[in-house]
Amino acid sequence: MLSLRSTKERPYKVIVAKLGLDGHDRGAKVIARALKDAGFEVVYTGIRQSPEQVARAAVEEDADVIGVSILSGAHIHHVKALIEKLRELGAEDIPVVVGGTIPVVDVEELKKMGVRAVFLPGESLRKIIDLVRRLAEEKRSTGAKG
Amino acid sequence: MSSDLRTLFSEALSGNLRAIGRLLTALENPYEVPPEVFDEIMARAGRAHVIGVTGIPGAGKSTIISRLVREYRRQGLRVAVIAIDPSSPLSGGALLGDRLRMQEDSKDSGTFIRSVSTRGLKGGLSLAALAMVEAFDALGYDKVIVETVGVGQAEVDVMSAVHTVVVVTMPGMGDEIQALKAGVMEIGDIYVLNKSDLPDAQKAYEYLSFALDKGELGAQDSQWRPRLVRTSAVMGQGVSDLVNAIEEHRDYLLKDSKFTAKLASRRITLVRLMAERLLAKGVEEAMSRLEGRITENALKSKGLLDIVRDLAKEACSGALSP
Amino acid sequence: MGELFKDDEVKKIEEAVKRWEQETLPQWLQRIPERQEEFTTLSDIPVKRVYTPSDIKGFDYMKRLGMPGEYPFTRGIHATMYRARLWTMRMFSGYGGPEETNRRLKFLIEHGETGLSLAFDYPTLVGVDPDDPMAEGEVGIVGVSVPTVVDMEVIFDGIDMGKVTTNMTINPPAPVLLSFYVAVAEKQGVPYSQIGGTTQNDPLKEFIAQKSYVFPPEPAVKVAMDLIEWSVKNLPQWNPISISGYHIREAGSTAVQELAFTLADGIEYVRQLKARGLDVDEFAPRLSFFFDAHINFFEEIAKFRAARRMWAKIMREWFGAKRPRSWWLRFHTQTAGVSLTAQQPWNNIVRTAIEALAAVLGGTQSLHTNSFDEPFRVPSEFAAKIALRTQQIIAYETGVADTIDPLAGSYYVEWLTDEIEERAWKYIDKIEQMGGMLEAVKKGFPQREVADAAYKFQKDVEEGRKFIVGVNIFTENEVEDIRKVPLLEFDQGEIERRQKQRVAQIRASRDAERWKRSLDELRKAAERGDNIMPYVLQAVKAYATLGEIMGTLKEVYGVYVEPPIY
Repeated sequence: MLSLRSTKERPYKVIVAKLGLDGHDRGAKVIARALKDAGFEVVYTGIRQSPEQVARAAVEEDADVIGVSILSGAHIHHVKALIEKLRELGAEDIPVVVGGTIPVVDVEELKKMGVRAVFLPGESLRKIIDLVRRLAEEKRSTGAKG
Repeated sequence: MSSDLRTLFSEALSGNLRAIGRLLTALENPYEVPPEVFDEIMARAGRAHVIGVTGIPGAGKSTIISRLVREYRRQGLRVAVIAIDPSSPLSGGALLGDRLRMQEDSKDSGTFIRSVSTRGLKGGLSLAALAMVEAFDALGYDKVIVETVGVGQAEVDVMSAVHTVVVVTMPGMGDEIQALKAGVMEIGDIYVLNKSDLPDAQKAYEYLSFALDKGELGAQDSQWRPRLVRTSAVMGQGVSDLVNAIEEHRDYLLKDSKFTAKLASRRITLVRLMAERLLAKGVEEAMSRLEGRITENALKSKGLLDIVRDLAKEACSGALSP
Repeated sequence: MGELFKDDEVKKIEEAVKRWEQETLPQWLQRIPERQEEFTTLSDIPVKRVYTPSDIKGFDYMKRLGMPGEYPFTRGIHATMYRARLWTMRMFSGYGGPEETNRRLKFLIEHGETGLSLAFDYPTLVGVDPDDPMAEGEVGIVGVSVPTVVDMEVIFDGIDMGKVTTNMTINPPAPVLLSFYVAVAEKQGVPYSQIGGTTQNDPLKEFIAQKSYVFPPEPAVKVAMDLIEWSVKNLPQWNPISISGYHIREAGSTAVQELAFTLADGIEYVRQLKARGLDVDEFAPRLSFFFDAHINFFEEIAKFRAARRMWAKIMREWFGAKRPRSWWLRFHTQTAGVSLTAQQPWNNIVRTAIEALAAVLGGTQSLHTNSFDEPFRVPSEFAAKIALRTQQIIAYETGVADTIDPLAGSYYVEWLTDEIEERAWKYIDKIEQMGGMLEAVKKGFPQREVADAAYKFQKDVEEGRKFIVGVNIFTENEVEDIRKVPLLEFDQGEIERRQKQRVAQIRASRDAERWKRSLDELRKAAERGDNIMPYVLQAVKAYATLGEIMGTLKEVYGVYVEPPIY
């Protein structure tokens, strides 16, 4: 049987989510668009998403990476809930990255929770895209082993 | 990999959302799925009512779908939605925004929304979408809604495989009929005039109604008169009329075994797409092997047609080899 | 008619410029090439090497500028401007519970702020109570939690509401917050005629930019107009609306779009109010505006001047307003939050100072200056004080406030003012053709423009066409520097608990009969299409909470779900 897999047929899928009540979606939309231009399939959830909704979307879409944007300061609370939900749904293998107005001391706490990367305002798009791609590649290759 | 997918399938059968998500991913490339699992899927499928929703961009397809989902859930039915979005032909990437509008209730495990992009790949979308329809069917979803953009070969393939085609339009299109004379939108079973709270709605309704009566629009089936329903999805109006119309169509199909006939045509399309895919890959591989050998001299000595036949032979045997 | 420059003089200058370009310039360009191929403002308006009278030939001083306090008000809406009264130093503040915010307000008043401005937390902004599931983790973070009239009372404990004006940055729940404010002022013994301040109450920009919307566009606008109508009739000193460009700019628009969309929003509101039978001169003097002061110095100054001139024309010529006060564009400014960087955060003090200077040179009536720790959290006292002092230094040390519109007559600034105005009119015409801003918003037009501009800007930064110190030039290994920024500390969990408790107490101790009746009457009034303000005020006095009132209205008006526009 021929091997029919290639990433053009199955591009990396990224959820770009705005958790919580914060309405500042400029960054999330710019990143969503940049990822699309870089060949990703992007599911943008819109604003005012609960951790449940985001986890559910990631599971249904079988996403390779989840990107969360929060500029309301409620990142610790919401991301913790998201990671918990992902675990409940058996999706703890989906890497989570976070962007927003986040003090350095919170960056460390987020990483301890399992967040793979935290992006502060001003981060270069190229860096973000490269990292997301690397995380997606890693997730798929470990996934193949089951 | 094989035992993995079997476990995945049984977990999916028991309702595990993650397993369903991963199963669908595997099915995006049906050749990844071991034949036994595929056969089991096919054996279990056949009950689901597959509804295609297409129409003019901006007419409110996603909102209509979210209302349908809510209504079906209220009736206790399990609903799956496959939302198809176009990919960028340049980057191959896509912005899958439809699920945003569908406002899924994250606490309700009786729904499932999956986005697929066209991926610029000939036939790739249709194959993935049809395989997913089979999977949702096999997993016991009562209604499977497929949302597409309305024009293009892929959409035609997908729509030929659904039971009921719902076409959504809205007032103020200028020539409402002309806008619908394209692709699948021309052959709907049910037409929905959404945003019917807009000023031109009455005129549009009359215009469409007339066109459907005359047979200018709508699936050409002597025994089914295409329905026209007025909705204002944002206001929640007209949804029950739409639900009823869809049920009427389903009842109509169940008589005279038209329902199973549609199922058969879906599978025929699936077979065709899979064969085309297999052969296309075979050709691709054969081409890369033959590359050096197709030279000026080769063309002179052998002749184009013979070279093509050789290629086809190689492609076929390559495609079928284990 | 009254052209400033004589034709033959201009001709001479044009010839001199030509000669200069041919003789003097080339040797300079050869020796030292210019830093960039092309120079533009942040709005991509090309900036020439030098401007001369020939760039504004035909300039008619009286028509384009006039005197301060006279039509078209380009130089300022008052004849004496800051020589009589400085702009209001109004620092946007609030966090935690009302107790914390009361302390912060007193701190700022003590240090010289001359007007108050309340920042609310997200649950308050979107109209839910602290015990709503959506509010979890969000209470008191980006602003103060105000779910009940009692919370408002605590905020103003020890602050005389008759002697101070308060801006409230609140949109869909503005009727509720205004009612809270009025009820508390009443309790303090302040007559309606002396209650002064502003409610932001600008729904259109919520759909375009800020996104703290609740109801769909039509009901959202209806509710906002209800508030304006009621306020115009009952609170003579209150600005019921702050038509905002700030958020549009922060969401990524250019200065031209900021100006055009804001004025287009204003035009829509004027039409809505007129459609209710109000006389334009009745409400126009109470309309106020809110702009961004971004980092491209001259562009911002030109933008403010163009804004005044354009609005004066719109009010006088389009709507036939007769009172000069109806022609005034009065505005508050905030320095651009989006220009501040997380990298080398101390630099933000400099950015804010320059932006504040632009706002002052642009003739703002009121100003908020950002704190340098904005990229991380709601400001600390330390940072907020520096921001306030920035304004005071500009006001008292630099002399820029001692004469009116000092940049008038600069060939560049006048040219740029004209240019921005012209470009903004083009947008406004386009929106008019679409049927006005409400229609344009429903079609997604401004949202798309903003998303495109935001994306373009990001690409410009990534590809080195636009510069941000610390981000794409003069970057450093940041972590240490950021760690040294002393951030505001507060126990969010404790505040959330306290706020929930207060709400529970109020629910338990109020007159249930009276409360229920007030919400029923509110619902019925909303269903009938009546002005809801009196009913909201009644419900507030019956101790209905913010979430309960907004919940009632949501049942009638529905909730908005945004279509995806990138």
